[in-house]
Amino acid sequence: MTVEATIEVAGLRKRFGSALALDGMSFTVQPGQVTGFVGPNGAGKSTTMRVILGLDAPDEGDALVGGRPYQSLPHPMRYLGSLLDAGALQPSRSARGHLLWLAYSQGLSAKRVDQVIEEAGLADVARRRAGGFSLGMRQRLGVAAAMLGDPLILMLDEPFNGLDPEGIVWMKGFLRSLARRGRAVLVSSHLMSELEDSADHVVVVGRGKVVADISVAALLAAAADGRVTLRTAAVSEAVIVLDRAGAAVTANGDGTLTVSGLPAERVVMLLSRSEVPFSEVSGHRVTLEQAYLDLTRDAVEFRAEPATEAAP
Amino acid sequence: MSGALLAARHPDPRPGRVSFAQSLRAEWVKFRTVRGWVIAMIVAVLLTVLLGIFAAGNVNIGCQNGPNAPVLTGRACTPRYPIGPGGEAVTDSYYFVRQPMAGNGSITVRVTSLTGLHGGGNEHAAGQNPLAGMSKGVVPWAKAGLILTSSTKPGAAYAAMMVTGGHGVRMEYDYTHDTAGLPGSVTATSARWLRLTRTGDTITGYDSADGRHWNLVGTAQLSGLPATVQAGMFATSPPYTVSTPGVIGTSNQSGPSQATAVFDDVTLRGSWPAGGWAGDNAGSGAASPGTGLGYYRKSGTAVTVSGSGDIAPLVAGPGSAGPTSTFEQPLAGLFIGLIAVMIVGTMFFTVEYRRGLIRTTLAADPRRGRVLAAKAVVAGGVAFVVGLAAAILAISIGLPRQRNQGSYILPVSTLTELRVIVGTAALVALAAVLAVAIGAMLRRSAAAVTAAIVAIVLPFLLAVTVLPASAGAWLLRLTPAAGFAIEQSIPNYVQAPAVFSPAQGNYPLSPWVGFAVLCAWVAAALAGAYILLRRRDA
Repeated sequence: MTVEATIEVAGLRKRFGSALALDGMSFTVQPGQVTGFVGPNGAGKSTTMRVILGLDAPDEGDALVGGRPYQSLPHPMRYLGSLLDAGALQPSRSARGHLLWLAYSQGLSAKRVDQVIEEAGLADVARRRAGGFSLGMRQRLGVAAAMLGDPLILMLDEPFNGLDPEGIVWMKGFLRSLARRGRAVLVSSHLMSELEDSADHVVVVGRGKVVADISVAALLAAAADGRVTLRTAAVSEAVIVLDRAGAAVTANGDGTLTVSGLPAERVVMLLSRSEVPFSEVSGHRVTLEQAYLDLTRDAVEFRAEPATEAAP
Repeated sequence: MSGALLAARHPDPRPGRVSFAQSLRAEWVKFRTVRGWVIAMIVAVLLTVLLGIFAAGNVNIGCQNGPNAPVLTGRACTPRYPIGPGGEAVTDSYYFVRQPMAGNGSITVRVTSLTGLHGGGNEHAAGQNPLAGMSKGVVPWAKAGLILTSSTKPGAAYAAMMVTGGHGVRMEYDYTHDTAGLPGSVTATSARWLRLTRTGDTITGYDSADGRHWNLVGTAQLSGLPATVQAGMFATSPPYTVSTPGVIGTSNQSGPSQATAVFDDVTLRGSWPAGGWAGDNAGSGAASPGTGLGYYRKSGTAVTVSGSGDIAPLVAGPGSAGPTSTFEQPLAGLFIGLIAVMIVGTMFFTVEYRRGLIRTTLAADPRRGRVLAAKAVVAGGVAFVVGLAAAILAISIGLPRQRNQGSYILPVSTLTELRVIVGTAALVALAAVLAVAIGAMLRRSAAAVTAAIVAIVLPFLLAVTVLPASAGAWLLRLTPAAGFAIEQSIPNYVQAPAVFSPAQGNYPLSPWVGFAVLCAWVAAALAGAYILLRRRDA
């Protein structure tokens, strides 16, 4: 059986009592890249992931993994590895015991279990009760479980939670390496900053639907909006020269000016011709977080977001 | 690590769906990797065995064979009971007015009266005469009528037509078989005619209210009857038992009784070579305490026969003939092991809900019915082994201990012993499956454990302790606790004079019917769990 490394979510609607958790959620996860699934708590990220895994039934819409419903996949963990909740462990069962039953359920051997234990760096604690694990160790165990079947698709819900800085760097590198090998990766987070340097694509959601579905490069370019940052000691001369050329100039107060309306090469040429000294001219850089805030500034959905998590 | 997790893209060695064997293996690993559950199973076995043995207590049985004989204790006192043709222990003691009958033939009589005397436990204080201090009244299972037997040895094969004190006309044969004939008591105005006919090994019984219109009551096949049998009139009357309901259970008192019947119109057909009647205590009657109560007297055509004793299967408990116990008695502690098994059975499902692990389970194996089935099979299988180990240990330790103390263990066939042991294991297994299903439905440990115990252990405990026998019997008919019936080795013989109650290990339903009631409950619970699992979000 050939299953493509994609997740397609189309028109999902789901209501929990009076709360509308999903309101027409639609997006696609492509192979070979890390897709960030971003939105505030309660935006419907976890519910969408549960629907993808066939755990929750949507009122409307479909979620397909490689073109098929998850439930119809033979040995599903060999196609899609998932980590929904790192705390979902029987506390008195050892890490190895936890991985062993999962492996057997997929027709995998104990050898594969020992392999992922070794690779997840859990060899020293594999026979200890999982109940005594720190959140970071549980996240590692959860990732090891998701990787048991060496799946084409990996889906992780808030994997950065509880990780120390070293763990966050490791997780980002791990996600990137998966994408490089052609896997499709869907990673949810309520903090855009966590996805800096790892996500290639983001699906931004709020109130149960997609607000933006955009590549990270395009998102950053849109947020930069062609602006140029200029560092100069001769602020007033520079403003006069650039204003005469038709650019809008704002002072940032830290000795830099933001210039919009002119490309960087033209700014350099104008300043050089007028002999205005400057130490730096560069394209304006925004963080993913800033781009996210720009993007969502006008989205009504993000204002007065209900505090309640939509999931039960 | 990041690259290493991906190092080997391994091909699927076993393509296809998650097979049931894989689901089973996964659930088995889940079970065995929680040490607390494994320990609880071992504890369940130990508690069952220990409680079963100590519930029997330390019985000190003493006896003395004669006024100057040494006092014996324990095993030396174990009474000997005759064994009937079916291998069961029997009471076989009656007064017999008989003569040999050669080949085929028949005997017909009219019974014009059945009266009796009985004691209540105080008669020995009245002195040597066993009749002194007794009151008038015929006990319900006093028996008098016609009997045809291979010999007068205890436990011999027989067939009999009789009137009884309170159960109308009956045909009985070989101790365990009993068929009702005409209802009502015998009085001067309402006599009963009885007839027994032999044709080869087939004995046929008839009754009549007028001597002209005869009804067939039943036939008995007594294989291996000798050419010449002993036939004639008999009377016998089992101990009188008074049951007084107490605060907890019932207390019982018993004493000897005597039945006296008057026969006339004796008609013999076939070959009766002796040509006259002889009367004596038959069966084990010669050694029984009612010996002094048997006699016969002829006046004209009427024959009066008096006797004491019984011709019936031996059962345990009050009213029975001695310190007897049953094969399943050492299993009395099973309910406590059952509680442990059911707690683990429910937790097997509920902890997954508590921790959110159920989502991992269903992501690994999205077919929910099969997850339920795999959990049920694993829990049931483990519980079966627990039940089997507990039953084998309890019986192999408990029975020799009781025998050494002087108790008589009522013999049952090997097949029945097997049914009790394997049935006990199956009972524990089904209870575990019920617990799994309840856990799947209720999802919360406390509620599910409570529900599981209320379903099966509580009705059992109430029935065997505080509830009146009739209320207890209804619980043991309707609730999953009906399955306990599979443990009962000696049937509830209507014709045995014992007091049958759940407290004595007697269940209102027969073993397999009770077991079927439990199976029905388990099936219903599994169906409910399946529907809810499919319908609910995980």
